[in-house]
Amino acid sequence: MPQVSMTVNGRAVSGEVEGRTLLVEFLREGLRLTGTHVGCDTSQCGACAVHVDGKLVKACTAFAAELDGAEVTTIEGMAGADGSLSAVQQAFQDYHGLQCGFCTPGMVMAGAALLEENPRPSEADVRQYLEGNICRCTGYHNIVKAIMAASGQEVEPVAAE
Amino acid sequence: MPKDTGIGASTKRREDVRFLTGKGRYTDDIDVRGQAHVVFLRSDVAHARIGGIDTSEAEAMPGVIRVFTGRDFEGVGGLPCGWQITDRHGQPMQEPAHPVLAQGKVRHVGDPIAAVVAETRQQARDAAEAIMPDLEELPAVIDMKAALAEDAPKVHDDLTSNLCYDWGFVEENKAATDEAFAEAAHVTTLELVNNRLIANPMEPRVAVGDFNAATGDHTLYTTSQNPHVIRLLMGAFVLGIPEHKLRVVAPDVGGGFGTKIFHYAEEAFCTFAAKALGRPVKWTSSRSEAFMSDAHGRDHVTKIELALDAQNNFTALRTETYANMGAYLSTFAPSVPTWLHGTLMAGNYRTPLVYVNVKAVFTNTVPVDAYRGAGRPEATFQLERVIDLAARELGVDPIALRRQNFITEFPYQTPVAVEYDTGDYEGTMKVLEEKADLAGFAARRKESEAKGKMRGLGVNCYIEACGIAPSKLVGQLGARAGLYESATVRVNATGGITVMTGSHSHGQGHETSFAQVVADMIGLPEDMVEIEHGDTANTPMGMGTYGSRSLAVGGSAMVRATEKIVAKAKKIAAHLMEASEGDIELKDGTFTVAGTDKEVAWGDVTLAAYVPHNYPLEEIEPGLEETAFYDPNNFTYPAGAYACEVEVDPETGQVTVERFTAADDFGNVVNPMIVEGQVHGGLAQGIGQALLESCAYDEEGQLLSASYMDYAMPRAHDLPMFTVDSSSRTPCTHNPLGVKGCGEAGAIGSPPSVVNAVIDALHSGGHRVGHIDMPLTPARVWAAMNGAVPNMGAAQPAARTDATTEARSVGGPATRT
Repeated sequence: MPQVSMTVNGRAVSGEVEGRTLLVEFLREGLRLTGTHVGCDTSQCGACAVHVDGKLVKACTAFAAELDGAEVTTIEGMAGADGSLSAVQQAFQDYHGLQCGFCTPGMVMAGAALLEENPRPSEADVRQYLEGNICRCTGYHNIVKAIMAASGQEVEPVAAE
Repeated sequence: MPKDTGIGASTKRREDVRFLTGKGRYTDDIDVRGQAHVVFLRSDVAHARIGGIDTSEAEAMPGVIRVFTGRDFEGVGGLPCGWQITDRHGQPMQEPAHPVLAQGKVRHVGDPIAAVVAETRQQARDAAEAIMPDLEELPAVIDMKAALAEDAPKVHDDLTSNLCYDWGFVEENKAATDEAFAEAAHVTTLELVNNRLIANPMEPRVAVGDFNAATGDHTLYTTSQNPHVIRLLMGAFVLGIPEHKLRVVAPDVGGGFGTKIFHYAEEAFCTFAAKALGRPVKWTSSRSEAFMSDAHGRDHVTKIELALDAQNNFTALRTETYANMGAYLSTFAPSVPTWLHGTLMAGNYRTPLVYVNVKAVFTNTVPVDAYRGAGRPEATFQLERVIDLAARELGVDPIALRRQNFITEFPYQTPVAVEYDTGDYEGTMKVLEEKADLAGFAARRKESEAKGKMRGLGVNCYIEACGIAPSKLVGQLGARAGLYESATVRVNATGGITVMTGSHSHGQGHETSFAQVVADMIGLPEDMVEIEHGDTANTPMGMGTYGSRSLAVGGSAMVRATEKIVAKAKKIAAHLMEASEGDIELKDGTFTVAGTDKEVAWGDVTLAAYVPHNYPLEEIEPGLEETAFYDPNNFTYPAGAYACEVEVDPETGQVTVERFTAADDFGNVVNPMIVEGQVHGGLAQGIGQALLESCAYDEEGQLLSASYMDYAMPRAHDLPMFTVDSSSRTPCTHNPLGVKGCGEAGAIGSPPSVVNAVIDALHSGGHRVGHIDMPLTPARVWAAMNGAVPNMGAAQPAARTDATTEARSVGGPATRT
């Protein structure tokens, strides 16, 4: 079986993989990084999105063996070393951008990637960028709000009494 | 100042931190040491007799531990149905067996034929492909009306027909209803389809079975909304395991929407196989498997008629519905088109006579059961569509017609068994008119027209029966379970509180909102209260989360248990302060003696309870832990009014939702932020049903919409920002929190307003279309505009095979207005 080495969340890792082992399987089963989720088998839902060499990638679309030497960041690598949430993570909590939490890792990775490419996206930009990420709980309303808030733009406050 | 803690505060969710950092613990994240993996071989045909199953090649493959078939389950019970319907003639419904693995026949694409357990999932998958079942294909029945034909192939050979039941409600009102129709000044008739949907929580189902041979203890980890229900159903009816030897754990669950209520074959299989093999056994559903094995939702074909007098008062309502059960009866399937549907047909209106007829039909399709709203969306859709059509036929304003017929006095006994405790439909409609800026619609329509688009406005009301359910009542209606809820409140020695609830959170935020309630009742910081759920080992027997019941029923149990805690704590405080119990007051976590400056802190009282050195042991026991079971004495009745504005492209038929406004009355609200989020999600599912989603079979019973490539899930760019308001409040009169439930409203209330809006847009463009069946895809809208028959490749068979319905559904002459 091929041996693969990569950097995941800043840590050098390596392991044996079958040729057919997907990156998401290597992360979840090989490295026990279970924050990256599998929501479909047709590369549609985006729950497994991670960053590979700084680019947003669905971890079900790449074989682990292809990624020898790659730099991978997963949801587990998004918070600060002291546990402080990143701007996107914090905004998701502040604006209730998650409910069941299953699509959330992919949404956070997508939101962070978007803000790298486009630091002040419009609502339409955010909705377009999330094309590859499905959420069944939130109706996207608060996800869009959270990503815009994380970019420093003014958004409606959360509902209150 | 917005409230910042307790009931009414938009407290940020404590569960978010683990989900946002990848530290959630979903069932697929659980690996039990030594586990093997199972992969199911599923039928790829809709209906076939199983000759034999050659498993020899698979058994010889690397890593394979054992291959199971239906034979291995001959001594095991089938999957039970939890609700028995009695038909119009007093007879019980036809109830087929539902084996864990198929026996004799397969009855839908996805029916499990065999199960391969191997060391790895990949090995199991490889071996499953090597199994050779000898399947003699049989003609399949997919269309419901065809399934009821005299000579139709039978899904179950041992039943007399494919009719599960023929239900009439209220049967005694039938003659009077028919008479009212004969005397009506106007009758509006509409035939429509409530399209079959797939719930699609983003987390696919997972089950891990474990067995300890030394103790005889079974454990099942599963993606469930109600672990206690699974324990009872699987233990008592399928595998014969008593509850005290079976633990069911539903940890973090990634959404449910109804489809994770039910007891599924894979749960029973993993529990059974773990004992048989002496190995933990894990199953993780792929999404493709989920499409053909998760219970589906909706799938009704309905004819509805509304009778009005000369002053446009509703005088009677009559419906005939065909409801698809699929190939087997899923756990609560029979209740959905009956008691969760017929009882809502009065809607928000004073219609004195209602008669509902439902024919539930077996077909060679995946079983159909409750999906977000369950029966109530089907009731709301047909009622609010026929009212809109009536308004158009009569040339009156659709909002005015609704208003004129609103129920205005409460409590209100409907002609369909339920009694609404409270509501203010006029008040909610006024909120809607303001928040949706209905006055500005004409100007917005002009703007759209200037861009070459047709703009439409659709409005509807809804009511739902939630807080499921009064046990005595539902028992009379055929439920084979009680529907109370439970909570144990455990106060620790140093004052912190653990609440163990029978409810289950799979996205609803109970860990936050339930803590707000208990903290508020005692006057403590919310972080002193922890909510435990999802494990039968540490929660009292409870019925779980569905039917917008968690806060109304589970929250009420928690309030009752907390009241018992407070009562006992006051006794202890009275002893400590040498005062009379009746003079003790509790505020902000401090006990005081009325009229004095004596006080004792919460923590001193809780410590005394567990270190009872100075304690009235002769009067009360030490400790501070109470359990309550709460059985509601009525349903709750959330209600509201929704408005949708769409633009339709006259060239392509493409519909875009430009504005959507929801005005809801949920009674009291514990966490407004969470409530708003629940409505958003429901709206997305309702708009998805109206415009995008359709579970489609072909005539042979092949599932055409079997992946996210074919089943159109709403995506971010399909939806607008929503305007959501729950300021209209008539608190529930019969539960201690005055709450009604908010989880299903959006999905129940939104489809009719979307369709009403599209029809309105088409009329504004001169297209006199009466109705279009959901989903309103560009193809269907374009065809309706152009008087054509659309390519129904993605249509529901029920809609497709009946030429009359077909013609009507695309705006043929029958419903042209």
